[in-house]
Amino acid sequence: MSASAEEYYVPHGTNWPIIGSIGLATTVIGFANYLHGSSIWMTFVGLAILIFMMWGWFGQVIKESMEGKYSAQVDMSFRWSMGWFIFSEVMFFAAFFGALFYARMFSIPWLDGASNNAATAELLWPEFEAAWPLLEVPLAEKFEQAKMAMGAWGLPAINTVILLTSGVTVTWAHHALKKNQRSQLVWGLALTVALGFLFVGLQAWEYVHAYNDLGLKMTSGIYGSTFFMLTGFHGFHVTMGATMLLIILFRAMKGHFSPDNHFAFEAVAWYWHFVDVVWLGLFIFVYWI
Amino acid sequence: MSTATTHDEHHDHGPASGLMRWVTTTNHKDIGTLYLWLSFIMLLTGGAMAMVIRAELFQPGLQLVEPNFFNSMTTMHGLIMVFGAIMPAFVGLANWLIPMMIGAPDMALPRMNNWSFWILPFAFTMLASTLLMEGGAPAFGWTFYAPLSTTYAPDSTDFFIFAVHLMGISSVMGAINIIATILNMRAPGMTLMKMPLFVWTWLITAYLLIAVMPVLAGAVTMMLTDRHFGTSFFDAAGGGDPVMFQHIFWFFGHPEVYIMILPAFGIISAIIPTFARKPLFGYSSMVYASASIAILSFMVWAHHMFTTGMPVAGELYFMYATILIAVPTGVKIFNWVSTMWKGSMTFETPMLWALGFVVMFTIGGFSGLMLGVAPVDTQYHDTYFVVAHFHYVLVTGALYSIIAAFYYWVPKWTGNMYDEKLGKIHFWWSTISVNLLFFPQHFIGLAGMPRRIPDYALQFAEFNMISSIGGFAFGLAQVFFLYIVVKTIKGGEKATDEVWEGATGLEFEQLPSPAPYHSFNTAPEVK
Repeated sequence: MSASAEEYYVPHGTNWPIIGSIGLATTVIGFANYLHGSSIWMTFVGLAILIFMMWGWFGQVIKESMEGKYSAQVDMSFRWSMGWFIFSEVMFFAAFFGALFYARMFSIPWLDGASNNAATAELLWPEFEAAWPLLEVPLAEKFEQAKMAMGAWGLPAINTVILLTSGVTVTWAHHALKKNQRSQLVWGLALTVALGFLFVGLQAWEYVHAYNDLGLKMTSGIYGSTFFMLTGFHGFHVTMGATMLLIILFRAMKGHFSPDNHFAFEAVAWYWHFVDVVWLGLFIFVYWI
Repeated sequence: MSTATTHDEHHDHGPASGLMRWVTTTNHKDIGTLYLWLSFIMLLTGGAMAMVIRAELFQPGLQLVEPNFFNSMTTMHGLIMVFGAIMPAFVGLANWLIPMMIGAPDMALPRMNNWSFWILPFAFTMLASTLLMEGGAPAFGWTFYAPLSTTYAPDSTDFFIFAVHLMGISSVMGAINIIATILNMRAPGMTLMKMPLFVWTWLITAYLLIAVMPVLAGAVTMMLTDRHFGTSFFDAAGGGDPVMFQHIFWFFGHPEVYIMILPAFGIISAIIPTFARKPLFGYSSMVYASASIAILSFMVWAHHMFTTGMPVAGELYFMYATILIAVPTGVKIFNWVSTMWKGSMTFETPMLWALGFVVMFTIGGFSGLMLGVAPVDTQYHDTYFVVAHFHYVLVTGALYSIIAAFYYWVPKWTGNMYDEKLGKIHFWWSTISVNLLFFPQHFIGLAGMPRRIPDYALQFAEFNMISSIGGFAFGLAQVFFLYIVVKTIKGGEKATDEVWEGATGLEFEQLPSPAPYHSFNTAPEVK
């Protein structure tokens, strides 16, 4: 370890973080202003700055990696970081799953008088009946009632198959990379990217179906809230993951990565498995039971 | 892989000059300095708000400010001190010290380290800008309970929400960097159980940060959609529950209070052995106690909500689990006292602050035990007793440890000794005034004075006046501290490489004072 410690690459001076901070601040200030009646353009400027920053920053890291500046120890720093970054994402979803479970286990039954809340039900909304999926909300004037809940065995089941299959294809690509079979690598990745974007497309179609046919909206009480926030953030993460896979695909086509040095590929594959696992949680707890 | 070429181009050149040095730096010492200065500015800003609060409470009746502005002051004071003063100060210390303590050339991810810091000035500018907005700054308390923060909040709340998002991104990146550094960058021979306790406690703190900052991000995101996109997470009319907000918030909030105290435990565990001239008593039990505290911190959150409404079984569980935390905390206090037992003690300034910590943090710990008992918390909840409790653990706890760390390590950072006489004056001035400030608040709290109210009943007048006088004096003491800091940076008696007689650790044993811009380009030998 002594030898590798000497080689640890410490970059000197970087402009990307401050550009990233300006991009982040522009995005969120623009969006907060948009919520209070301003136009949305400032948010898009901020996002453009962020995309520019990511392009430049990742580009620099790729370049340094190709130049062989990263020792095995640097590689290990990347591995620890990506792993714990994914864990932080898991905890972000945990907050929304927590909200879902709390609503199903506590707040809805309590509004109907469960536990020692008979007076709550009597005084607030005596007509209210606990149910899940909750279609008839306690105060119908304030929130829209959904006509129907989203079933599990139509599109969501197909989407489950699509995402699980994409987990297989990305593993196929990884094995091909390790055996240096480049065409299989490219095909495996291309299939994964296609399945990823197919999933996102079908989710979008499902949203249209929910709004138009089922009357299920973000504003349809706690069922709509948890449904759209959980599936929405998941869909956003799938879009991110598929985009990252697409970049990995382009890099693979340009001849990047070697059988024993391809952490960027692995990091994206980890991320892809993470969105896969989150989806299984969604399928079970949001759609199915 | 050719590594020889990468070596020469970044070898041993010093810092760039001018403002851009600080904007583009990837050096852990520079970034540590930036964090520490930001936290000092925030300390004085949040402190100025505390002065407004204490001035209004100097006498009963409404004197100086509107009640809504008073509430903005308590809210912003809390947010700025928690997220702006205490947390960045510990991250700054981590940046300065962890690479030197484990024999690493720098943090594991130097560019991301820069970004972790440079998000913060933007976040706090956004937060502070709410004071100038129509409808005023957030005024719902630093815990921003729904529906005060959703249905009834001012427009500026959205800027607060996004500021919290940015702080969360910064904290998560900072924590990831610290974990990667500690797990991957230790010098050969620096096994986990040889690491200084400051490194250990920061490793555990970083895990807490990664686990709970995203939950806070989730909570403010739900607030945002409840406010603007028609969701009903915290609205019973749609099947949600405002109490759910409190559960999610405190699932973040309780580990958060340990995030603000575990690094302090590490600092105190470094200082006391040096000035008692004895090795730390019970090193491994300190490690296990820190880990136990961290694990327990995830299982006790609802003790902040005893009066909110919860099944009795829940109250009992959360009460017992909370009281359990006294065990590992007690282990720590016992170990510090045992380290001093029969030691050859001297009382230089860092030791004074560390001893102040041990005594007054314990006072805060005991009042915490009282608050943890569900039946009596019904009386204490939301009174000044709570205010007294958490200021004893956060001011005379966390802040005291940060100041102790400054006096202990500043000779290593700058090569200059601070002025011992001024340091002692700073300690006694602060310690007398901080007790004048917070100790009477126990009594007025037990007697029933509620927190976050600009006016109070006449029987609380004397104690409030004493408290305010203590507050002004304590605030002034920290301006005096600013003078000491600047004076020490500018010059002073030269420190030796060891700095303190018998100080241990790589930073004292193997590095000169001041520590060079790049330390440990070659990993040191660890015995």
